[in-house]
Amino acid sequence: MADSLLKQAAPEKLTPKDFKSDQEVRWCPGCGDHGVLNSVQKAMALMGKPKEDFAVISGIGCSSRFPYYMDTYGFHSIHGRAAAIASGAKSANPDLEILQVSGDGDALAIGGNHFIHAVRRNIDMTILLFNNEIYGLTKGQYSPTSKHGMVTKTSPFGTIEQPFHPAELALGAQSKFYARSIDTNIKLTSEILLDATKHRGTSIVEVLQNCVIYNDGAHSLITDKNTKEEYQLVLRHGERMIFGKEKNKGLVMGGNGKLVVVTIGEHGITEQDILIHDAHTPDPHMHWLLSNMTAPEYPVALGVIRDVAALSYEEKMVQQIKDVQAQSSIKCMDDLLNSGDTWEVE
Amino acid sequence: MSQKTKVIEKEEVVIRFSGDSGDGMQLTGTQFSDTSALFGNDVATFPDYPAEIRAPQGTVGGVSGFQLHFGHTEVNTPGDYADVLVAMNPAALKANLKWVKASGTIIVNEDSFTDRNLEKAGYDSDPLQDDKLADYNLIKARVTSLTKECLKDSGLDQKSILRSKNMFALGMVYWMFDRPLEHTEEFIESKFKKHPLVVDGNKKVLRAGYNFAKTIEALAYNYSVAPAKIKKGTYRNITGNKATAWGLIAAAEKAGLPLFCGSYPITPATEILQELAARKDLGVKTFQAEDEIAGICTAIGASFAGNFAVTTTSGPGLALKTEAAGLAVMTELPLVIVNVQRGGPSTGLPTKTEQSDLMQAIHGRSGECPMPVIAASTPSNCFEYAYRASKIALEHMTPVILLTDGFLANGAEPWRIPKMADLSPITVPLAKEGDDYMPYARDEEKLARKWAVPGTKGLEHRIGGLEKMDVTGTVSYVPENHQVMTDIRSERVRKVANFIPDLPVKGEENADVLVVGWGGTYGHLTTAVRELQKEDKSIALAHFNYILPLPKNTEEVLKRYKKVIVCELNDGQFAEYLRSNFQDIKFEQYNKLQGLPFTVKELKETFNQLLEEK
Repeated sequence: MADSLLKQAAPEKLTPKDFKSDQEVRWCPGCGDHGVLNSVQKAMALMGKPKEDFAVISGIGCSSRFPYYMDTYGFHSIHGRAAAIASGAKSANPDLEILQVSGDGDALAIGGNHFIHAVRRNIDMTILLFNNEIYGLTKGQYSPTSKHGMVTKTSPFGTIEQPFHPAELALGAQSKFYARSIDTNIKLTSEILLDATKHRGTSIVEVLQNCVIYNDGAHSLITDKNTKEEYQLVLRHGERMIFGKEKNKGLVMGGNGKLVVVTIGEHGITEQDILIHDAHTPDPHMHWLLSNMTAPEYPVALGVIRDVAALSYEEKMVQQIKDVQAQSSIKCMDDLLNSGDTWEVE
Repeated sequence: MSQKTKVIEKEEVVIRFSGDSGDGMQLTGTQFSDTSALFGNDVATFPDYPAEIRAPQGTVGGVSGFQLHFGHTEVNTPGDYADVLVAMNPAALKANLKWVKASGTIIVNEDSFTDRNLEKAGYDSDPLQDDKLADYNLIKARVTSLTKECLKDSGLDQKSILRSKNMFALGMVYWMFDRPLEHTEEFIESKFKKHPLVVDGNKKVLRAGYNFAKTIEALAYNYSVAPAKIKKGTYRNITGNKATAWGLIAAAEKAGLPLFCGSYPITPATEILQELAARKDLGVKTFQAEDEIAGICTAIGASFAGNFAVTTTSGPGLALKTEAAGLAVMTELPLVIVNVQRGGPSTGLPTKTEQSDLMQAIHGRSGECPMPVIAASTPSNCFEYAYRASKIALEHMTPVILLTDGFLANGAEPWRIPKMADLSPITVPLAKEGDDYMPYARDEEKLARKWAVPGTKGLEHRIGGLEKMDVTGTVSYVPENHQVMTDIRSERVRKVANFIPDLPVKGEENADVLVVGWGGTYGHLTTAVRELQKEDKSIALAHFNYILPLPKNTEEVLKRYKKVIVCELNDGQFAEYLRSNFQDIKFEQYNKLQGLPFTVKELKETFNQLLEEK
């Protein structure tokens, strides 16, 4: 108690550097993870919380080395289980600010069950989902998000599996917060991370990340200098869904329930016709349409796609304990031991 | 009005209630044992039920039984054979007749012995009509029709009327053993308080059964079992699972930490999670995880974050938790893993008891991955050993496996209630703000590292499953360091031996035979050995609760005896373990794998044989 009062009394001004650990960063040169690490350190410095309140928890995979590079509390656990470990840590200690770091294999293959259930419970943490559509640490096998037909070491003739769309999976699991960024866009990633931290409940931040060694260019349409503005739509709550180099493209709702890309000024379309993004609506329909857009038919939606208020798991857990404690006559173990049917032997 | 017939004083009595799994036999048995415990008898119980909630009606596979043993003297087992069998249908009779003592009493619900039911139970002819039961004191009661008659004007529907017939049988047995009805009447009032018709109906049928037994001539006498002479104190009845849950809560309270249980329901361990979930008043946090793996992983996360964390499971669940258990060893976080053993392998016999997870507990992880293993040995001492397992986990900063089993979990016995003030203190090695903290710096006595809880200023550090550098805790692939860390992990567990009591022996130091057991077989082994000792046989018992590490005097004890026989409900896992530790000692074995506890009878026969061999 006294500790938390002290923290409030003297908030330290922290810089991204304060969040760097003394460990050498061992990702490949050019790996997208470097950019995400910078984004996280930048965002954490802006959150106004002391370092000791952060816990970075990861599974296994390239991105899961993350905790070692952060000068916070950290836990590099086992493959796929980070969401479960983070769920336990947050339930045990609701004051912690938890960043759970996972890759597409860690979170959506071996850890798929823990991922969907953490989301369903709405435990207050940020899941940073690095999506490079490949297994990097094991040197190049297809992942659950690899595109159909992709040739990898374990699919030498092309995969015959349908990929997951992480957002679709998350929405199916009742996700309340879903955002998407690109590894190279440090400003956008930090901005999203700040929103994700403010959100109470499980916030998923999917980062489209490039593996320079085993899947280079997986997201090139939306990251390439020449094409990116045509294929990126950065969503902001309350703003129109406008994109393109000339800022003259936008989304409207078509008659068949599908989104349609239009050009302002053509066929009588004006700016007023373009849809306005509502991240806060509980109805997931539009969020589903937006998050499932793929290039080149559509721009890829970035930014905070969904941000719906709801009570988090541990808030309800703490409240339930308080309510029961107020009602119960059992206040300590001795009370419990002597409750119910007992008898004396003289 | 019949006179109170002849009363026969008995030292101890075993009753087995049996019927269809929907007949309410578990409740009936529990009521009788609670009433007897309140009356002052020592009691031990053994529920024996099928895995299916409603197994096929009327079949032998669907029979649910509840055996209880109560006595004027110390009672350590639910008894081998029943003095009284209550059989609510032919299948119950068929399944349980072999467990009735010669010339024992059998109460049957005569109404249920129809052609159809006899056929379902696999009888060629009606055993009530031929002479198969001539050696028993057979009491035929038309339980169904008498219950119906009793409640015909009650306003209850037919289904509810039929459901109360177990109370008729209970009433009869209450009269036979001169038990008061008040406890069960209060129970009925509280259980059905929202349904006054059901309360009245059940109470009426209970009394009807009692009066029926009093009236009919078949019961020429009733028995009296005087209260047992037991140690002064306040007592309650408790099952092994409840005692386990309470031991964990007690340890959390003593350590001053919140208790977190991450768990997934699995028979026969589920009641521990349920009991903990009910204890929000004591601040217990329960997390019903999506699977066994998440059960232990949420617990590991909670432990990392500073709670006292536990996970509960049974054999197959422990297998699923294996990888994460290794993570807990590597990160040296306190954690109690409760394994309520059942019949295996695979799904095996979920509702039956066995001790076949011992090797899994000792060795079942990847890498060199030791952790302490402790076993409870009676339903009520599950409290004590859950507490001790917790104390070791918290003070030594290690995961600990606590083994119980289906027999202990569901069995109940009177328990002298401890006072929290009398339990030994639990001192948690927490790192504090301002400490010069190194994640893998250790104390000398226990080689325990310090626990720096997230949220503590200045102690930010990283842990994980990768091998870490001694002291500093950074990732290390240095070959010599892996040797050092492996040796430390092993030495840490060995050092626990300095903090546990010596192995006690019941019997003479120079006895001809030493019986060795561990865990839930204690009651049967101790009864068999005590009875033989009374017959002046030269036999002693060493029963283990601490498996890994073994008590320090183990070798000294075992070496003293010419013949050592290790008895366990598996194919010899503890015997093998002892052999690997003490290569020059010869171990005989007695093993049983039937999903059932030992009987005192078979043990005595085995020991007598060994005593006679020269």
